[in-house]
Amino acid sequence: MKSDLVIIGAGPAGLAAAAQAYKEGVRDILLLERDNEPGGILNQCIHNGFGLHIYKEELTGPEYAERAFRELDETSVRFMPDTMVLSVSPDRRISAVSRTEGLIRIEAGSVILAMGCRERTRGAISIPGDRPSGILTAGAAQRYVNIEGCMVGRRVVLLGSGDIGLIMARRMTLEGARVLACVELMPFSGGLTRNIVQCLQDYDIPLLLSHTITGIRGRKRLEAVTVSKVDESLRPIPGTETELDCDTLLLSVGLIPENELSRGAGVELDPRTGGPTVTDDTQTSVPGIFACGNVLHVHDLVDNVTLEARKAGRAAARFLFSATREDIAETKDVRSSKKSPDPSARPVLRLTSDENILYTVPQAFSSELSDQTVDIYFRVKKILRDCDILLVDPDGTVLRRVYREYMTPGEMEKLTLSSSMLTARSARSLTLTIRPGEETSHD
Amino acid sequence: MVDVAIIGGGVIGASVAYALCRYDLSVILLEKENDVALGATRANSGIVHAGYDPPPGSLMARLNVDGNAKMPALCRDLDVLFEPCGSLVVAFGPKEDAVIRTLYERGVKNGVPGLSVVDRPGVLSMEPNLSPEVTGALWAPSAGIVNPWDLCIAMCEVFIRNGGEVRISSEVTQTESSDDGWILHLPNGRVRARYVVNTAGLYSDEVHAQVSPPDFRILPARGQYFLLDKREGERVHRVLFSCPSEDTKGVLITRTAHGNLIVGPTKESVPDKEDTATTAEGLAEIRKKALRMVDSIRFRDNIANFSGIRANTDRDDFIIRAVPGVNHYVEAAGIKSPGLASAPAIGEYVVDRLREIGLSTVQKQSVTDHPDALTRRVVRFNRMTDEQRAALVVSDPAYGRVVCRCETVTEGEVLDAIRSPLPARTLDAIKRRTAAGLGRCQGGFCGPRIAALLAEELRIPPTEMIKDRPGSYIFTGPTKGGPDEI
Repeated sequence: MKSDLVIIGAGPAGLAAAAQAYKEGVRDILLLERDNEPGGILNQCIHNGFGLHIYKEELTGPEYAERAFRELDETSVRFMPDTMVLSVSPDRRISAVSRTEGLIRIEAGSVILAMGCRERTRGAISIPGDRPSGILTAGAAQRYVNIEGCMVGRRVVLLGSGDIGLIMARRMTLEGARVLACVELMPFSGGLTRNIVQCLQDYDIPLLLSHTITGIRGRKRLEAVTVSKVDESLRPIPGTETELDCDTLLLSVGLIPENELSRGAGVELDPRTGGPTVTDDTQTSVPGIFACGNVLHVHDLVDNVTLEARKAGRAAARFLFSATREDIAETKDVRSSKKSPDPSARPVLRLTSDENILYTVPQAFSSELSDQTVDIYFRVKKILRDCDILLVDPDGTVLRRVYREYMTPGEMEKLTLSSSMLTARSARSLTLTIRPGEETSHD
Repeated sequence: MVDVAIIGGGVIGASVAYALCRYDLSVILLEKENDVALGATRANSGIVHAGYDPPPGSLMARLNVDGNAKMPALCRDLDVLFEPCGSLVVAFGPKEDAVIRTLYERGVKNGVPGLSVVDRPGVLSMEPNLSPEVTGALWAPSAGIVNPWDLCIAMCEVFIRNGGEVRISSEVTQTESSDDGWILHLPNGRVRARYVVNTAGLYSDEVHAQVSPPDFRILPARGQYFLLDKREGERVHRVLFSCPSEDTKGVLITRTAHGNLIVGPTKESVPDKEDTATTAEGLAEIRKKALRMVDSIRFRDNIANFSGIRANTDRDDFIIRAVPGVNHYVEAAGIKSPGLASAPAIGEYVVDRLREIGLSTVQKQSVTDHPDALTRRVVRFNRMTDEQRAALVVSDPAYGRVVCRCETVTEGEVLDAIRSPLPARTLDAIKRRTAAGLGRCQGGFCGPRIAALLAEELRIPPTEMIKDRPGSYIFTGPTKGGPDEI
């Protein structure tokens, strides 16, 4: 079969991208979802705090998902649940499988990658010790508790202070479990400040910063973990070990964009984000393939995912219509367009960053900035106070300067620029840099 | 009364069961754990060694080379993942070059086919990611990699299909002699058998002691491993061994049969046969040694660490014999490395020993009539072409629902595992049979889905679900206001 736009994943990113692309005039849209309902990870996020920016009210995850899905009412977007995409080729041929449709092959005019992310596991951080049951990622625990209705343990230790972990510390407490501690390797939390307050402090759950887990005991079910303090280079300090008796260890030690399909499509990945390298319009290195949401970089707020996905929906529409215009003399069929814009022909303005910055998205700007403004999203590597964020060109000219009183790695930062500022540049690269006034580990 | 009782369902017990199932005999395999392949078979390097390591003239040398030769056809018959990728022992410096020449000569004596010593440019062209400081290598094209659990499970399944019985959770606590053979005492009853085969792996010394004073001792040796993402699987193309030397034990780097990269093992003697913990020191040691060979391995792409315990002994060779002074009793004990490579030969070798002490073996008519009786086929969606997949989903829509996204395992395959002749009853049993949960997310995504499938198929509440051994429960109960309360 053929389709103008195929969107892979019907979480918040895929849903918003589909709605936006339809608004922009694309009619033949296929939204593929591997689960049996739309919403992605939002369905298991039954807590509130979603939608303050987009819907101007505080929603739960499932409510947010429902709103986003309802935006597809009265549209011609075709939603296909229970459909797993097996591969995407650089020329946008997709193979997928579902119970009802069997093996499906689709030639897509454009593709939006919106597969989300996955959690890092015990193996990723090589915690030594036994391998009992009772060790699971916070997201898996969240699914068991919130969707399956099964409690995963009674005495819980949380390693890592990512947002899902913090939310699960509260959730487990409300379900009657005792959360003994949240153990965090870094001298600061990786989660949102509001979650530290509302999920740990409100329930008297100690946050052990600069600590990690160095041992696992239990041959059948988890019996205890060893907690150790770490030094400045994050190495466990011998002699600081204490054992905590627990039956459950929840891991909230990072999220990784799920890019197996992107890799197969030949999309260039940024080792810093783990997601595709994109220009400001969310276009990847493969023309006609766009990416948004957590598959691009891990977001802190779903509202930001929605905003980014709308951008992707707009850009995909633009791509389809420009391809149509170019090819109109030969064929009226968008999908058979072989004349994808050549990426090397698109002059791009590279965006680099200094050592305080973990990553930026986008990593470059295309020459055809079609929106009035462009947003640079970035995360800092450590807590920074009283600093200026500067966007400079190679000769040292400061294009934009903003002040921030406080920045933390757990929260995504945004810098908005007017497009005219960028289109006027002759330079081939810009640098985002931070001049800290003062830095501290944590208070 | 059965003709033969086999004690121990590792790859060796399974190979004996498989070798016996073509004959007109009643055979039972007794396994103390709740599934087969849970001892040394569960956690090892998965290497089909070529056979240059064992001393010439030893039983190990003979069975290794013989087993290696039989492995490709066996894995074809049983539809077990196997790859004849060959192996390289790599040398750094003149001292190790000399070791390699010794291994070469030993291999030639043992009858290993195709061995050659490769020079530095040769080995670097074969493995471009090797450290440029490499000075040469021993190339053994007959070596390979296999999925050890699947080999064990497949042999057991064929054994069952041909009339054999596998009884799990049946530890032999006492072996009593009787007029016509043996009485094996189990936690829930007894089994009478004319002949007994001890393939109890790590516990073969203790099982032996039930019938005869011990004349060997198992010395458990732990090996720790890294298992890396499939993305790293292409880092090397053959099994790479570092050169063994007096002061350092070697490590290996290879792709697994599933396509991951495996790095390990340590070799530590541990007092406890069940101590499969990993340690920070052990893992650091492997990492260091591996990076000396291939410095580009991305350990950040590690997905799991694990340990296996090898059944080393105080003997230099495998102990496979009719136990002296004991009637109707054969043992295959202390099957250390290269036990996996030797397994296809050990089964038949044990049957020969049984014949020597009087077991008569007549091929079953059903096997004579149906040569396919000794083969097995399984569905592996992720190894199929799109055309095959399309046809498969038409035949059964359950193959159209992917439950494990990392390894692309379908609901149909999970159901196959639960309904197989040797049914999967735990999450790990499903992992061993289908690879679901083996991948980079380590069951984070598929765990809940597979737990639900298992609960539905077995008609048990989710709270009775276990990961692995009894006691490895996953849930402590329903949530407040769960389905039970409403």
